[in-house]
Amino acid sequence: MEQQIIKVKNKRGVRVIPGFGLSLGVTLAMLGMLVLIPLASIFISAGRLSFSEFIEVVTSGQVVSGYAVSLSCAFFAALVNAVFGLMTAWALVRYDFPGKRLMDGLIELPFALPTSVAGIALTYLYSDKGWIGALFAKMGVKIAYTRIGITIAMVFVGIPFVVRAVQPVLEKLDRQYEEAAEMLGAGRVYTFFRVVLPELFPALLAGFGLAFARGIGEYGSVVFIAGNIPNKTQIAPLLIMTKLEQYKYADATAIALVLLVISFLLMLFINSVQLYMQRFSKK
Amino acid sequence: MKKKAPRTYQEDIIGDGISSIQKVREPHRENEGRCIKYVLIGVCTLFLFVMLVLPLIVVVTNALRDGWAAYREAVIDEYTVKALQLTLFAAVAAVTVNTVFGLFASYLLSKFYFRGRQILAALIDIPFSISPVIAGLVFILTFGNVGWMGEFLKAHGIRIVFAVPGVVLATIFVTFPFVFRELFPVLNAQGKDEEEAAALMGAGGFTIFRRITFPHIKWALLYGVILCAARALGEFGAVSVISGHLRGKTNTLPLHVEILYNEFNTTAAFAVSSILVVLAVLILIARNIVEWRKE
Repeated sequence: MEQQIIKVKNKRGVRVIPGFGLSLGVTLAMLGMLVLIPLASIFISAGRLSFSEFIEVVTSGQVVSGYAVSLSCAFFAALVNAVFGLMTAWALVRYDFPGKRLMDGLIELPFALPTSVAGIALTYLYSDKGWIGALFAKMGVKIAYTRIGITIAMVFVGIPFVVRAVQPVLEKLDRQYEEAAEMLGAGRVYTFFRVVLPELFPALLAGFGLAFARGIGEYGSVVFIAGNIPNKTQIAPLLIMTKLEQYKYADATAIALVLLVISFLLMLFINSVQLYMQRFSKK
Repeated sequence: MKKKAPRTYQEDIIGDGISSIQKVREPHRENEGRCIKYVLIGVCTLFLFVMLVLPLIVVVTNALRDGWAAYREAVIDEYTVKALQLTLFAAVAAVTVNTVFGLFASYLLSKFYFRGRQILAALIDIPFSISPVIAGLVFILTFGNVGWMGEFLKAHGIRIVFAVPGVVLATIFVTFPFVFRELFPVLNAQGKDEEEAAALMGAGGFTIFRRITFPHIKWALLYGVILCAARALGEFGAVSVISGHLRGKTNTLPLHVEILYNEFNTTAAFAVSSILVVLAVLILIARNIVEWRKE
């Protein structure tokens, strides 16, 4: 009964806790000034372009290839991260081994290390003279200055996302289900794919989506290893950068707008898949 | 209350039907499990070593390959020191703004229910999914010569783009949701009963925050500040767009690395990088200490 009364009061707007006006004011003011108004200028600026100009910029060969490189490399990098991230999360949650704490602490390194530092280090490592690049060069595989190099840089920046998304879910997952499955005669592989993976899938997808989005937008670590050969290894953020250096602000805005829309659609898609799966599993 | 009778020796040895079957099967399964365990740990260790540790080793060995004298020279170079100062300044500014915003926004969204709460939470997360290059671009389109505020700023002689304020603004933009994202889940899980009780007993707003809300979030706040500082120190893309690369003026440390590298001054680039590696490792250690204390 009492609970209900409080609820009704809250709905009418009678609030017991003080500070609503102040915190709403501060939040909206800061968010508006520092994020929303600057962000709105991209739409204002894009509005100055006519529609046909916009289409012309966005569909030019170099720009389309930029989008293709960014999207495809980010996709494969997120896929690699999903596989290795799941394995790493599994090892960190389920097993005890020496150096576990160190491994756990190391996962966040790509967050803490500036992307330009990561970029030059990876470029050195995978160039034909570098430690790993030389190995592959003997086999005739070039890594730096190709799309493989771009993908590796994107894998680097995306590592923490999948691990940190899967880890808490795996920690909460009750092992009884696996034991029950095993008792009922399921093999290890069957148990993993039919019992464990469905539980982990929403978290895995969230991590995949974040790593994918981060890869699409990534600039610092990729730009060194990419080599930036037009139509081959130019990523979309780099195209924005070069347009800006040529003072072609309208072109830069158009390219940025499409990139923004792509990442918003991606986030929307992943959110709705997660929502759908949560509802599905509740039924 | 009847105490459960202890198991007899006989029961322990032979057990009931199912567990005795298990006992027979266990050694075989264990062995297989152990095999999977070592393979999995091995693969993960190799992956993380190649992807994360090797780049760090590359930075350190290359920084020192021309000897200590060259390393010292690159590190105490006038421009390096100035870049370090600007980087630290921008990071402190970003952390401050972030902390204030994070506290107010997480308090607002966890203690009050109002229309548009979900939308507000989604808006706060925007900088997270935006390419850093676009983050820099939006400030050029706002405050630059082509921007709609450009005329006004020019008339009043204020420089934001290609100057220190732009670098600071871009850093704030990129790190904007960090502290909020750490605080919100904690406050949301805590609920609002305690605050309501305090308010009904006559406590003022600040007292409620200091005595009731704050003790719940102090570790989460510290954690958020550390993450925010890490990102702010290392931001490259957004700052690179807006800084204009003026040496000694608007150059941050990550940008200085790029300039040195593009000048084929590789040793110096790696030497400057090593400063950032040390900062990154310190931040990781701090992060782990805080996480350990939180538990």
